[in-house]
Amino acid sequence: MRLKFIEEKIAKGLMVVASLAVFAFVVNIIYTIFRRGFPALNWEMISQIPAGGYYNGGGGGILNAIIGSLYIVLGSTFLGLLISIPVVFYLNVYLKKDSKLAYVARLAFDVLFGIPSIVYGAFAFTIMIYLGMHTSLGGGILVITLLVIPIFIRSMDEVAQQLPKDLLDSTYALGATKLETIKVVLRQIAPGIATATLLSVGRAIGDAAGVMFTAGFTDSIPTSLGQPAATLPLSVFFQLSSPNADVQDRAYSAALILIFIVLVISILGRLITNHFSKHKI
Amino acid sequence: MKFLYRNPTRASWAEDYSFLNNDLDKSAKEKLEKDKEGLRIKKSYLKVSDLNIYIHKAHILKNVNIEIPDKKITCIIGPSGCGKSTLLKTFNRLIDDTEGIKYEGSILVDDTDIFDKKTEITDIRKKMGLLSQRPCPLPMSIYDNIAFGCKMHGERNRKKLNEIVEEQLKAVGLWEEVKNRLHAPASKLSIGQQQRLCLARGLAVEPEFILADEATSALDPISSKHIEELFVKLKQDYTIILVTHTLRQALRIADHVIFMYLGEVIEAGPADEVFNNPKQELTRKYLEGAFS
Repeated sequence: MRLKFIEEKIAKGLMVVASLAVFAFVVNIIYTIFRRGFPALNWEMISQIPAGGYYNGGGGGILNAIIGSLYIVLGSTFLGLLISIPVVFYLNVYLKKDSKLAYVARLAFDVLFGIPSIVYGAFAFTIMIYLGMHTSLGGGILVITLLVIPIFIRSMDEVAQQLPKDLLDSTYALGATKLETIKVVLRQIAPGIATATLLSVGRAIGDAAGVMFTAGFTDSIPTSLGQPAATLPLSVFFQLSSPNADVQDRAYSAALILIFIVLVISILGRLITNHFSKHKI
Repeated sequence: MKFLYRNPTRASWAEDYSFLNNDLDKSAKEKLEKDKEGLRIKKSYLKVSDLNIYIHKAHILKNVNIEIPDKKITCIIGPSGCGKSTLLKTFNRLIDDTEGIKYEGSILVDDTDIFDKKTEITDIRKKMGLLSQRPCPLPMSIYDNIAFGCKMHGERNRKKLNEIVEEQLKAVGLWEEVKNRLHAPASKLSIGQQQRLCLARGLAVEPEFILADEATSALDPISSKHIEELFVKLKQDYTIILVTHTLRQALRIADHVIFMYLGEVIEAGPADEVFNNPKQELTRKYLEGAFS
Protein backbone atom coordinates (compact mmCIF):
# COMPACT_ATOMS: atom_id res chain seq x y z
CA MET A 1 0.00 0.00 0.00
CA ARG A 2 2.71 2.41 1.09
CA LEU A 3 4.93 1.37 -1.83
CA LYS A 4 2.13 1.87 -4.33
CA PHE A 5 1.56 5.32 -2.95
CA ILE A 6 5.23 6.30 -3.43
CA GLU A 7 5.22 4.77 -6.92
CA GLU A 8 2.23 6.89 -7.85
CA LYS A 9 3.92 10.03 -6.51
CA ILE A 10 7.15 9.38 -8.41
CA ALA A 11 5.37 8.59 -11.68
CA LYS A 12 3.26 11.70 -11.41
CA GLY A 13 6.34 13.78 -10.60
CA LEU A 14 8.16 12.47 -13.67
CA MET A 15 5.22 13.30 -15.90
CA VAL A 16 5.07 16.84 -14.56
CA VAL A 17 8.82 17.28 -15.06
CA ALA A 18 8.60 16.02 -18.65
CA SER A 19 5.68 18.32 -19.44
CA LEU A 20 7.43 21.30 -17.86
CA ALA A 21 10.64 20.59 -19.78
CA VAL A 22 8.77 20.68 -23.09
CA PHE A 23 6.89 23.76 -22.07
CA ALA A 24 10.14 25.49 -20.97
CA PHE A 25 11.73 24.81 -24.35
CA VAL A 26 8.81 26.27 -26.24
CA VAL A 27 8.64 29.33 -23.99
CA ASN A 28 12.38 29.82 -24.32
CA ILE A 29 12.32 29.68 -28.11
CA ILE A 30 9.38 32.02 -28.39
CA TYR A 31 10.89 34.35 -25.82
CA THR A 32 14.20 34.56 -27.73
CA ILE A 33 12.46 35.22 -31.01
CA PHE A 34 10.20 37.76 -29.38
CA ARG A 35 12.97 39.55 -27.51
CA ARG A 36 15.13 40.02 -30.59
CA GLY A 37 12.46 40.14 -33.22
CA PHE A 38 9.70 42.30 -31.76
CA PRO A 39 11.68 45.56 -31.47
CA ALA A 40 12.74 45.22 -35.11
CA LEU A 41 9.23 44.46 -36.30
CA ASN A 42 7.41 47.29 -38.02
CA TRP A 43 4.76 47.84 -40.64
CA GLU A 44 7.32 48.43 -43.35
CA MET A 45 8.62 44.89 -42.91
CA ILE A 46 5.23 43.33 -43.50
CA SER A 47 4.01 45.60 -46.23
CA GLN A 48 7.00 46.09 -48.51
CA ILE A 49 9.36 44.05 -50.62
CA PRO A 50 13.10 44.42 -49.98
CA ALA A 51 14.58 47.66 -51.22
CA GLY A 52 18.12 47.76 -52.57
CA GLY A 53 20.71 46.66 -50.00
CA TYR A 54 18.05 45.26 -47.67
CA TYR A 55 20.32 42.44 -46.54
CA ASN A 56 22.99 44.94 -45.63
CA GLY A 57 20.67 47.00 -43.49
CA GLY A 58 18.81 48.89 -46.25
CA GLY A 59 15.08 49.67 -46.24
CA GLY A 60 12.09 47.61 -47.29
CA GLY A 61 10.46 44.48 -45.91
CA ILE A 62 9.85 40.81 -46.48
CA LEU A 63 6.45 40.89 -48.14
CA ASN A 64 7.96 38.87 -50.99
CA ALA A 65 8.75 36.01 -48.59
CA ILE A 66 5.39 36.19 -46.80
CA ILE A 67 3.45 36.03 -50.06
CA GLY A 68 5.76 33.39 -51.51
CA SER A 69 5.36 31.18 -48.44
CA LEU A 70 1.59 31.57 -48.45
CA TYR A 71 1.42 30.70 -52.16
CA ILE A 72 3.50 27.60 -51.64
CA VAL A 73 1.57 26.50 -48.55
CA LEU A 74 -1.83 27.01 -50.17
CA GLY A 75 -0.79 25.36 -53.43
CA SER A 76 0.85 22.36 -51.84
CA THR A 77 -1.91 21.84 -49.27
CA PHE A 78 -4.53 21.90 -51.99
CA LEU A 79 -2.60 19.52 -54.24
CA GLY A 80 -1.68 17.34 -51.29
CA LEU A 81 -5.32 16.95 -50.22
CA LEU A 82 -6.34 16.27 -53.80
CA ILE A 83 -3.87 13.42 -54.04
CA SER A 84 -4.01 12.00 -50.51
CA ILE A 85 -7.76 11.73 -50.01
CA PRO A 86 -8.21 9.23 -52.86
CA VAL A 87 -5.22 7.24 -51.58
CA VAL A 88 -6.60 7.07 -48.04
CA PHE A 89 -10.06 6.21 -49.37
CA TYR A 90 -8.64 3.43 -51.50
CA LEU A 91 -6.51 2.02 -48.69
CA ASN A 92 -9.38 1.91 -46.23
CA VAL A 93 -12.51 1.26 -48.25
CA TYR A 94 -11.42 -0.71 -51.29
CA LEU A 95 -8.59 -2.77 -49.87
CA LYS A 96 -9.26 -5.46 -47.31
CA LYS A 97 -7.83 -5.15 -43.81
CA ASP A 98 -4.97 -7.58 -44.36
CA SER A 99 -4.18 -6.55 -47.93
CA LYS A 100 -0.51 -6.84 -48.84
CA LEU A 101 -0.69 -3.78 -51.08
CA ALA A 102 -2.02 -1.69 -48.19
CA TYR A 103 0.79 -2.98 -45.97
CA VAL A 104 3.48 -2.11 -48.49
CA ALA A 105 1.90 1.27 -49.23
CA ARG A 106 1.76 2.21 -45.53
CA LEU A 107 5.36 1.14 -45.09
CA ALA A 108 6.38 3.22 -48.08
CA PHE A 109 4.61 6.29 -46.73
CA ASP A 110 6.29 5.79 -43.35
CA VAL A 111 9.66 5.79 -45.10
CA LEU A 112 8.76 8.84 -47.18
CA PHE A 113 7.72 10.56 -43.95
CA GLY A 114 11.26 10.27 -42.66
CA ILE A 115 13.14 11.41 -45.77
CA PRO A 116 14.77 14.83 -45.22
CA SER A 117 13.38 17.63 -47.31
CA ILE A 118 16.74 18.35 -48.94
CA VAL A 119 16.45 14.95 -50.62
CA TYR A 120 13.00 15.85 -51.94
CA GLY A 121 14.51 19.12 -53.13
CA ALA A 122 17.34 17.39 -54.95
CA PHE A 123 14.93 14.84 -56.44
CA ALA A 124 12.49 17.50 -57.62
CA PHE A 125 15.41 19.53 -58.96
CA THR A 126 16.52 16.70 -61.24
CA ILE A 127 12.96 16.34 -62.49
CA MET A 128 12.78 20.07 -63.11
CA ILE A 129 16.02 19.99 -65.09
CA TYR A 130 14.69 17.07 -67.08
CA LEU A 131 11.52 19.03 -67.84
CA GLY A 132 13.49 22.17 -68.62
CA MET A 133 11.98 24.13 -65.73
CA HIS A 134 13.79 26.92 -63.88
CA THR A 135 13.57 27.58 -60.18
CA SER A 136 10.01 28.75 -59.82
CA LEU A 137 6.92 28.95 -57.65
CA GLY A 138 5.56 25.92 -59.50
CA GLY A 139 8.68 23.94 -58.66
CA GLY A 140 8.41 24.97 -55.02
CA ILE A 141 4.78 23.91 -54.83
CA LEU A 142 5.70 20.63 -56.47
CA VAL A 143 8.41 19.72 -54.00
CA ILE A 144 6.42 20.81 -50.95
CA THR A 145 3.47 18.77 -52.21
CA LEU A 146 5.76 15.73 -52.36
CA LEU A 147 6.90 16.57 -48.86
CA VAL A 148 3.43 16.86 -47.31
CA ILE A 149 1.74 13.93 -49.05
CA PRO A 150 3.19 11.33 -46.63
CA ILE A 151 2.10 13.49 -43.70
CA PHE A 152 -1.38 13.83 -45.12
CA ILE A 153 -1.73 10.17 -45.91
CA ARG A 154 -0.34 8.75 -42.71
CA SER A 155 -2.22 11.04 -40.37
CA MET A 156 -5.52 10.68 -42.23
CA ASP A 157 -4.97 6.96 -42.51
CA GLU A 158 -4.61 6.60 -38.75
CA VAL A 159 -8.06 8.09 -38.35
CA ALA A 160 -9.57 6.27 -41.31
CA GLN A 161 -8.44 2.92 -39.93
CA GLN A 162 -10.75 3.55 -36.99
CA LEU A 163 -13.77 3.83 -39.32
CA PRO A 164 -16.51 1.72 -37.75
CA LYS A 165 -17.26 -1.28 -39.97
CA ASP A 166 -20.92 -0.90 -39.06
CA LEU A 167 -20.92 2.55 -40.60
CA LEU A 168 -19.68 1.26 -43.95
CA ASP A 169 -22.06 -1.70 -43.75
CA SER A 170 -25.00 0.60 -43.05
CA THR A 171 -24.11 2.66 -46.08
CA TYR A 172 -23.72 -0.39 -48.30
CA ALA A 173 -27.05 -1.68 -47.00
CA LEU A 174 -28.73 1.39 -48.43
CA GLY A 175 -27.49 0.32 -51.85
CA ALA A 176 -24.37 2.47 -51.98
CA THR A 177 -21.44 1.50 -54.14
CA LYS A 178 -18.01 1.83 -52.57
CA LEU A 179 -17.53 5.17 -54.30
CA GLU A 180 -20.80 6.48 -52.93
CA THR A 181 -19.63 5.86 -49.37
CA ILE A 182 -17.07 8.66 -49.80
CA LYS A 183 -19.51 11.26 -48.53
CA VAL A 184 -19.97 9.31 -45.31
CA VAL A 185 -16.28 8.48 -44.95
CA LEU A 186 -15.14 12.07 -45.45
CA ARG A 187 -17.56 13.37 -42.87
CA GLN A 188 -16.49 10.74 -40.39
CA ILE A 189 -12.76 11.39 -40.82
CA ALA A 190 -13.14 15.20 -41.05
CA PRO A 191 -11.25 15.79 -37.77
CA GLY A 192 -8.43 13.63 -39.12
CA ILE A 193 -8.31 15.62 -42.33
CA ALA A 194 -8.11 18.84 -40.35
CA THR A 195 -5.30 17.58 -38.12
CA ALA A 196 -3.42 16.31 -41.15
CA THR A 197 -3.82 19.67 -42.83
CA LEU A 198 -2.49 21.53 -39.80
CA LEU A 199 0.53 19.25 -39.56
CA SER A 200 1.19 19.65 -43.27
CA VAL A 201 0.86 23.40 -43.20
CA GLY A 202 3.34 23.53 -40.34
CA ARG A 203 5.82 21.44 -42.25
CA ALA A 204 5.22 23.22 -45.56
CA ILE A 205 5.64 26.73 -44.25
CA GLY A 206 8.70 25.89 -42.19
CA ASP A 207 10.67 24.04 -44.81
CA ALA A 208 13.81 25.71 -46.11
CA ALA A 209 15.90 22.98 -47.71
CA GLY A 210 13.26 21.71 -50.12
CA VAL A 211 12.49 25.10 -51.64
CA MET A 212 16.10 26.26 -51.81
CA PHE A 213 16.80 24.60 -55.16
CA THR A 214 13.27 24.53 -56.48
CA ALA A 215 11.54 27.81 -55.67
CA GLY A 216 14.75 29.79 -55.50
CA PHE A 217 14.74 33.22 -53.90
CA THR A 218 13.86 36.60 -55.25
CA ASP A 219 13.13 40.09 -54.04
CA SER A 220 9.94 40.44 -56.04
CA ILE A 221 6.51 38.87 -55.61
CA PRO A 222 5.89 36.12 -58.17
CA THR A 223 3.04 36.81 -60.57
CA SER A 224 3.01 33.41 -62.27
CA LEU A 225 3.93 29.81 -61.51
CA GLY A 226 7.00 30.16 -63.72
CA GLN A 227 8.67 32.85 -61.65
CA PRO A 228 10.93 32.17 -58.69
CA ALA A 229 9.45 32.77 -55.26
CA ALA A 230 10.93 33.76 -51.90
CA THR A 231 10.00 31.92 -48.72
CA LEU A 232 10.06 32.93 -45.07
CA PRO A 233 12.50 30.28 -43.80
CA LEU A 234 15.01 31.18 -46.52
CA SER A 235 14.49 34.84 -45.76
CA VAL A 236 15.30 34.09 -42.12
CA PHE A 237 18.35 32.16 -43.25
CA PHE A 238 19.73 34.91 -45.49
CA GLN A 239 19.20 37.61 -42.88
CA LEU A 240 20.74 35.53 -40.11
CA SER A 241 23.85 34.99 -42.23
CA SER A 242 24.43 38.73 -42.27
CA PRO A 243 27.19 40.03 -40.00
CA ASN A 244 25.05 43.10 -39.31
CA ALA A 245 23.24 42.78 -35.93
CA ASP A 246 20.26 44.87 -37.14
CA VAL A 247 19.71 42.53 -40.05
CA GLN A 248 19.98 39.55 -37.71
CA ASP A 249 17.25 41.06 -35.57
CA ARG A 250 15.10 41.34 -38.67
CA ALA A 251 15.58 37.59 -39.13
CA TYR A 252 13.94 37.11 -35.75
CA SER A 253 11.10 39.39 -36.81
CA ALA A 254 10.59 37.23 -39.88
CA ALA A 255 10.51 34.14 -37.66
CA LEU A 256 7.95 35.87 -35.48
CA ILE A 257 5.77 36.52 -38.51
CA LEU A 258 6.12 32.88 -39.51
CA ILE A 259 5.05 31.70 -36.06
CA PHE A 260 2.14 34.09 -36.14
CA ILE A 261 0.96 32.77 -39.50
CA VAL A 262 1.12 29.19 -38.22
CA LEU A 263 -0.79 30.23 -35.11
CA VAL A 264 -3.56 31.88 -37.14
CA ILE A 265 -3.83 28.89 -39.48
CA SER A 266 -3.99 26.51 -36.50
CA ILE A 267 -6.75 28.44 -34.79
CA LEU A 268 -8.70 28.68 -38.05
CA GLY A 269 -8.13 24.96 -38.58
CA ARG A 270 -9.49 24.13 -35.13
CA LEU A 271 -12.58 26.24 -35.72
CA ILE A 272 -13.22 24.64 -39.09
CA THR A 273 -12.68 21.17 -37.60
CA ASN A 274 -15.19 21.80 -34.86
CA HIS A 275 -17.68 22.88 -37.45
CA PHE A 276 -17.21 19.78 -39.60
CA SER A 277 -16.94 17.20 -36.84
CA LYS A 278 -20.20 18.03 -35.11
CA HIS A 279 -21.85 15.17 -37.00
CA LYS A 280 -19.18 12.61 -36.19
CA ILE A 281 -20.56 9.43 -34.71
CA MET B 1 -59.82 -3.14 -64.34
CA LYS B 2 -62.95 -1.09 -64.82
CA PHE B 3 -61.20 1.61 -66.81
CA LEU B 4 -60.71 -0.82 -69.65
CA TYR B 5 -64.45 -0.84 -70.29
CA ARG B 6 -64.77 2.88 -69.97
CA ASN B 7 -62.21 3.29 -72.68
CA PRO B 8 -63.97 5.42 -75.34
CA THR B 9 -62.71 3.31 -78.22
CA ARG B 10 -64.36 0.34 -76.70
CA ALA B 11 -67.48 2.06 -75.46
CA SER B 12 -69.69 0.91 -78.29
CA TRP B 13 -68.28 -2.55 -78.19
CA ALA B 14 -68.98 -2.76 -74.53
CA GLU B 15 -72.55 -1.55 -75.03
CA ASP B 16 -73.22 -3.94 -77.88
CA TYR B 17 -72.02 -6.87 -75.97
CA SER B 18 -73.11 -5.70 -72.59
CA PHE B 19 -74.61 -9.13 -71.91
CA LEU B 20 -71.11 -10.54 -72.07
CA ASN B 21 -69.69 -7.77 -70.03
CA ASN B 22 -70.59 -9.10 -66.63
CA ASP B 23 -69.10 -12.47 -67.25
CA LEU B 24 -65.98 -11.05 -68.79
CA ASP B 25 -65.65 -8.62 -65.98
CA LYS B 26 -65.97 -11.35 -63.43
CA SER B 27 -63.49 -13.75 -64.96
CA ALA B 28 -61.07 -10.97 -65.78
CA LYS B 29 -61.32 -9.74 -62.22
CA GLU B 30 -60.66 -13.20 -60.90
CA LYS B 31 -57.72 -13.60 -63.19
CA LEU B 32 -56.38 -10.25 -62.12
CA GLU B 33 -56.81 -11.10 -58.46
CA LYS B 34 -54.97 -14.30 -59.08
CA ASP B 35 -52.18 -12.50 -60.89
CA LYS B 36 -52.00 -9.99 -58.13
CA GLU B 37 -51.83 -12.74 -55.57
CA GLY B 38 -49.09 -14.39 -57.56
CA LEU B 39 -47.25 -11.15 -57.97
CA ARG B 40 -47.57 -10.35 -54.34
CA ILE B 41 -45.90 -13.56 -53.29
CA LYS B 42 -43.36 -13.30 -56.03
CA LYS B 43 -42.57 -9.74 -55.12
CA SER B 44 -40.53 -10.51 -52.07
CA TYR B 45 -39.92 -14.15 -52.29
CA LEU B 46 -36.78 -15.38 -50.66
CA LYS B 47 -35.61 -18.92 -51.05
CA VAL B 48 -32.29 -20.36 -49.93
CA SER B 49 -31.16 -23.61 -51.53
CA ASP B 50 -28.15 -25.72 -50.62
CA LEU B 51 -26.27 -22.78 -49.25
CA ASN B 52 -22.77 -23.51 -48.02
CA ILE B 53 -20.43 -20.83 -46.76
CA TYR B 54 -16.76 -21.23 -46.02
CA ILE B 55 -14.53 -18.61 -44.49
CA HIS B 56 -10.97 -19.66 -45.17
CA LYS B 57 -11.36 -23.35 -44.42
CA ALA B 58 -14.02 -23.15 -41.74
CA HIS B 59 -17.42 -24.41 -42.84
CA ILE B 60 -19.70 -21.71 -41.46
CA LEU B 61 -23.07 -22.55 -42.99
CA LYS B 62 -23.88 -26.14 -43.90
CA ASN B 63 -26.50 -27.03 -46.47
CA VAL B 64 -29.01 -24.40 -45.60
CA ASN B 65 -32.40 -24.87 -47.27
CA ILE B 66 -35.06 -22.47 -46.13
CA GLU B 67 -37.88 -20.33 -47.44
CA ILE B 68 -38.78 -17.05 -45.88
CA PRO B 69 -42.53 -16.40 -45.89
CA ASP B 70 -43.73 -13.18 -47.37
CA LYS B 71 -44.92 -10.27 -45.17
CA LYS B 72 -44.23 -12.09 -41.94
CA ILE B 73 -41.75 -11.81 -39.14
CA THR B 74 -39.22 -14.60 -39.35
CA CYS B 75 -36.99 -15.04 -36.34
CA ILE B 76 -33.67 -16.82 -36.65
CA ILE B 77 -32.73 -18.19 -33.25
CA GLY B 78 -29.85 -20.26 -31.97
CA PRO B 79 -26.86 -20.10 -29.65
CA SER B 80 -23.96 -17.72 -30.28
CA GLY B 81 -21.72 -18.61 -33.18
CA CYS B 82 -24.30 -20.77 -34.92
CA GLY B 83 -24.16 -18.70 -38.10
CA LYS B 84 -27.33 -16.65 -37.65
CA SER B 85 -25.68 -13.34 -38.42
CA THR B 86 -23.66 -14.82 -41.26
CA LEU B 87 -26.86 -16.08 -42.85
CA LEU B 88 -28.49 -12.68 -42.45
CA LYS B 89 -25.53 -10.86 -43.92
CA THR B 90 -25.49 -13.26 -46.82
CA PHE B 91 -28.98 -12.13 -47.82
CA ASN B 92 -27.70 -8.68 -48.76
CA ARG B 93 -24.20 -9.93 -49.52
CA LEU B 94 -22.54 -7.78 -46.91
CA ILE B 95 -20.57 -10.94 -46.28
CA ASP B 96 -18.67 -10.31 -49.53
CA ASP B 97 -16.09 -8.15 -47.84
CA THR B 98 -15.06 -10.87 -45.44
CA GLU B 99 -11.59 -12.19 -46.05
CA GLY B 100 -11.47 -15.70 -47.54
CA ILE B 101 -15.20 -16.07 -48.13
CA LYS B 102 -16.50 -18.75 -50.48
CA TYR B 103 -20.09 -19.66 -51.15
CA GLU B 104 -22.01 -22.41 -52.90
CA GLY B 105 -25.70 -22.77 -53.56
CA SER B 106 -28.24 -20.14 -54.35
CA ILE B 107 -30.47 -17.55 -52.75
CA LEU B 108 -33.42 -16.55 -54.88
CA VAL B 109 -34.95 -13.15 -54.36
CA ASP B 110 -37.75 -12.33 -56.79
CA ASP B 111 -36.49 -15.26 -58.88
CA THR B 112 -33.04 -13.70 -59.27
CA ASP B 113 -30.11 -15.52 -57.81
CA ILE B 114 -28.25 -12.99 -55.69
CA PHE B 115 -24.98 -14.83 -56.34
CA ASP B 116 -25.43 -14.53 -60.09
CA LYS B 117 -22.64 -12.50 -61.65
CA LYS B 118 -25.17 -10.46 -63.60
CA THR B 119 -27.04 -9.39 -60.48
CA GLU B 120 -26.20 -5.87 -59.39
CA ILE B 121 -25.17 -6.05 -55.78
CA THR B 122 -26.52 -2.57 -55.05
CA ASP B 123 -29.96 -3.62 -56.31
CA ILE B 124 -30.04 -6.49 -53.85
CA ARG B 125 -28.95 -4.29 -51.01
CA LYS B 126 -31.50 -1.65 -51.87
CA LYS B 127 -34.16 -4.33 -51.50
CA MET B 128 -32.91 -5.27 -48.04
CA GLY B 129 -33.05 -2.69 -45.31
CA LEU B 130 -30.51 -3.50 -42.62
CA LEU B 131 -30.82 -2.76 -38.94
CA SER B 132 -27.60 -3.54 -37.12
CA GLN B 133 -27.00 -4.49 -33.53
CA ARG B 134 -25.84 -1.05 -32.45
CA PRO B 135 -27.61 1.86 -34.03
CA CYS B 136 -25.27 3.38 -36.55
CA PRO B 137 -26.54 6.72 -37.83
CA LEU B 138 -24.56 8.31 -40.64
CA PRO B 139 -22.38 11.25 -39.63
CA MET B 140 -24.96 13.78 -40.82
CA SER B 141 -28.05 15.57 -39.62
CA ILE B 142 -31.28 13.70 -38.87
CA TYR B 143 -32.75 14.95 -42.12
CA ASP B 144 -29.74 13.95 -44.22
CA ASN B 145 -29.64 10.51 -42.66
CA ILE B 146 -32.96 9.73 -44.29
CA ALA B 147 -32.47 11.77 -47.44
CA PHE B 148 -29.02 10.28 -48.10
CA GLY B 149 -30.29 7.02 -49.55
CA CYS B 150 -32.94 8.71 -51.69
CA LYS B 151 -30.47 11.25 -53.02
CA MET B 152 -28.06 8.46 -53.83
CA HIS B 153 -30.74 6.70 -55.84
CA GLY B 154 -31.42 9.84 -57.83
CA GLU B 155 -34.13 11.75 -55.96
CA ARG B 156 -33.17 15.43 -56.15
CA ASN B 157 -36.49 17.17 -55.71
CA ARG B 158 -36.41 19.08 -52.38
CA LYS B 159 -40.15 18.90 -51.89
CA LYS B 160 -40.26 15.18 -52.54
CA LEU B 161 -37.34 14.63 -50.15
CA ASN B 162 -39.10 16.62 -47.44
CA GLU B 163 -42.16 14.43 -47.91
CA ILE B 164 -40.15 11.23 -47.72
CA VAL B 165 -38.34 12.35 -44.58
CA GLU B 166 -41.58 13.26 -42.87
CA GLU B 167 -43.33 10.09 -43.99
CA GLN B 168 -40.57 7.77 -42.83
CA LEU B 169 -40.04 9.56 -39.53
CA LYS B 170 -43.76 9.22 -38.91
CA ALA B 171 -43.64 5.55 -39.85
CA VAL B 172 -41.17 4.90 -37.02
CA GLY B 173 -42.88 7.27 -34.60
CA LEU B 174 -39.99 9.70 -34.45
CA TRP B 175 -41.55 12.69 -36.21
CA GLU B 176 -43.10 14.32 -33.15
CA GLU B 177 -39.83 13.98 -31.24
CA VAL B 178 -37.53 15.48 -33.85
CA LYS B 179 -39.63 17.67 -36.16
CA ASN B 180 -38.18 20.83 -34.63
CA ARG B 181 -34.56 19.79 -34.94
CA LEU B 182 -34.33 17.96 -38.24
CA HIS B 183 -30.96 19.54 -38.96
CA ALA B 184 -29.38 18.64 -35.65
CA PRO B 185 -26.67 15.95 -35.72
CA ALA B 186 -28.13 12.45 -35.60
CA SER B 187 -25.55 11.50 -32.97
CA LYS B 188 -27.33 13.78 -30.48
CA LEU B 189 -30.36 11.48 -30.39
CA SER B 190 -30.77 8.88 -27.66
CA ILE B 191 -29.72 5.38 -28.59
CA GLY B 192 -33.31 4.18 -28.94
CA GLN B 193 -34.16 7.13 -31.17
CA GLN B 194 -31.04 6.44 -33.22
CA GLN B 195 -32.17 2.89 -33.85
CA ARG B 196 -35.57 4.11 -35.03
CA LEU B 197 -33.82 6.67 -37.23
CA CYS B 198 -31.77 3.85 -38.76
CA LEU B 199 -34.96 1.95 -39.44
CA ALA B 200 -36.50 5.00 -41.08
CA ARG B 201 -33.36 5.51 -43.13
CA GLY B 202 -33.62 1.94 -44.38
CA LEU B 203 -37.33 2.31 -45.20
CA ALA B 204 -36.68 5.48 -47.20
CA VAL B 205 -35.02 3.55 -50.03
CA GLU B 206 -38.17 1.41 -50.36
CA PRO B 207 -36.88 -2.03 -49.48
CA GLU B 208 -38.94 -5.20 -49.54
CA PHE B 209 -37.18 -6.88 -46.67
CA ILE B 210 -35.99 -5.68 -43.31
CA LEU B 211 -33.00 -7.54 -41.98
CA ALA B 212 -32.48 -6.98 -38.28
CA ASP B 213 -29.38 -8.31 -36.59
CA GLU B 214 -30.17 -8.39 -32.88
CA ALA B 215 -31.55 -4.94 -33.43
CA THR B 216 -32.75 -4.50 -29.88
CA SER B 217 -29.89 -5.99 -27.90
CA ALA B 218 -28.15 -2.65 -27.30
CA LEU B 219 -31.37 -0.85 -26.36
CA ASP B 220 -33.13 -0.27 -23.08
CA PRO B 221 -36.35 -2.27 -22.49
CA ILE B 222 -38.68 0.57 -23.47
CA SER B 223 -36.84 1.34 -26.70
CA SER B 224 -36.71 -2.32 -27.64
CA LYS B 225 -40.42 -2.67 -26.99
CA HIS B 226 -40.92 0.28 -29.28
CA ILE B 227 -38.88 -1.41 -32.03
CA GLU B 228 -40.77 -4.68 -31.58
CA GLU B 229 -44.08 -2.89 -31.94
CA LEU B 230 -42.79 -1.25 -35.07
CA PHE B 231 -41.85 -4.61 -36.54
CA VAL B 232 -45.34 -5.93 -35.89
CA LYS B 233 -46.79 -2.85 -37.57
CA LEU B 234 -44.36 -2.96 -40.50
CA LYS B 235 -44.94 -6.61 -41.37
CA GLN B 236 -48.01 -5.53 -43.35
CA ASP B 237 -45.71 -4.05 -45.95
CA TYR B 238 -42.36 -5.69 -45.42
CA THR B 239 -40.91 -9.12 -44.93
CA ILE B 240 -38.97 -8.97 -41.71
CA ILE B 241 -36.10 -11.28 -40.88
CA LEU B 242 -34.89 -10.97 -37.35
CA VAL B 243 -31.85 -12.54 -35.75
CA THR B 244 -32.33 -12.64 -32.04
CA HIS B 245 -30.67 -13.89 -28.91
CA THR B 246 -33.73 -13.24 -26.82
CA LEU B 247 -36.05 -16.19 -27.05
CA ARG B 248 -38.76 -14.19 -25.34
CA GLN B 249 -38.61 -11.68 -28.14
CA ALA B 250 -39.01 -14.43 -30.70
CA LEU B 251 -41.95 -15.79 -28.70
CA ARG B 252 -43.59 -12.39 -28.65
CA ILE B 253 -43.36 -11.42 -32.28
CA ALA B 254 -42.29 -14.30 -34.52
CA ASP B 255 -44.65 -15.75 -37.11
CA HIS B 256 -42.07 -18.11 -38.44
CA VAL B 257 -39.02 -19.49 -36.68
CA ILE B 258 -35.74 -20.88 -37.91
CA PHE B 259 -33.59 -22.63 -35.35
CA MET B 260 -29.92 -22.96 -36.17
CA TYR B 261 -27.17 -24.85 -34.46
CA LEU B 262 -23.50 -24.99 -35.48
CA GLY B 263 -24.16 -23.70 -38.97
CA GLU B 264 -27.05 -25.99 -39.72
CA VAL B 265 -30.75 -25.29 -39.83
CA ILE B 266 -32.17 -27.74 -37.32
CA GLU B 267 -35.78 -26.79 -37.57
CA ALA B 268 -37.87 -24.24 -39.42
CA GLY B 269 -41.59 -23.66 -39.36
CA PRO B 270 -44.49 -21.59 -38.08
CA ALA B 271 -43.85 -20.12 -34.66
CA ASP B 272 -46.44 -22.05 -32.62
CA GLU B 273 -45.37 -25.32 -34.16
CA VAL B 274 -41.71 -24.81 -33.38
CA PHE B 275 -42.28 -23.35 -29.95
CA ASN B 276 -45.06 -25.63 -28.71
CA ASN B 277 -44.30 -28.81 -30.52
CA PRO B 278 -40.68 -28.95 -31.70
CA LYS B 279 -39.90 -31.95 -33.85
CA GLN B 280 -36.23 -32.06 -33.06
CA GLU B 281 -34.69 -33.00 -29.75
CA LEU B 282 -32.13 -30.18 -30.08
CA THR B 283 -34.77 -27.54 -30.58
CA ARG B 284 -36.67 -28.79 -27.56
CA LYS B 285 -33.56 -28.65 -25.41
CA TYR B 286 -32.73 -25.15 -26.56
CA LEU B 287 -36.25 -23.91 -26.00
CA GLU B 288 -36.55 -25.37 -22.52
CA GLY B 289 -34.61 -22.41 -21.23
CA ALA B 290 -37.28 -20.09 -22.54
CA PHE B 291 -40.30 -21.91 -21.25
CA SER B 292 -39.15 -22.85 -17.79
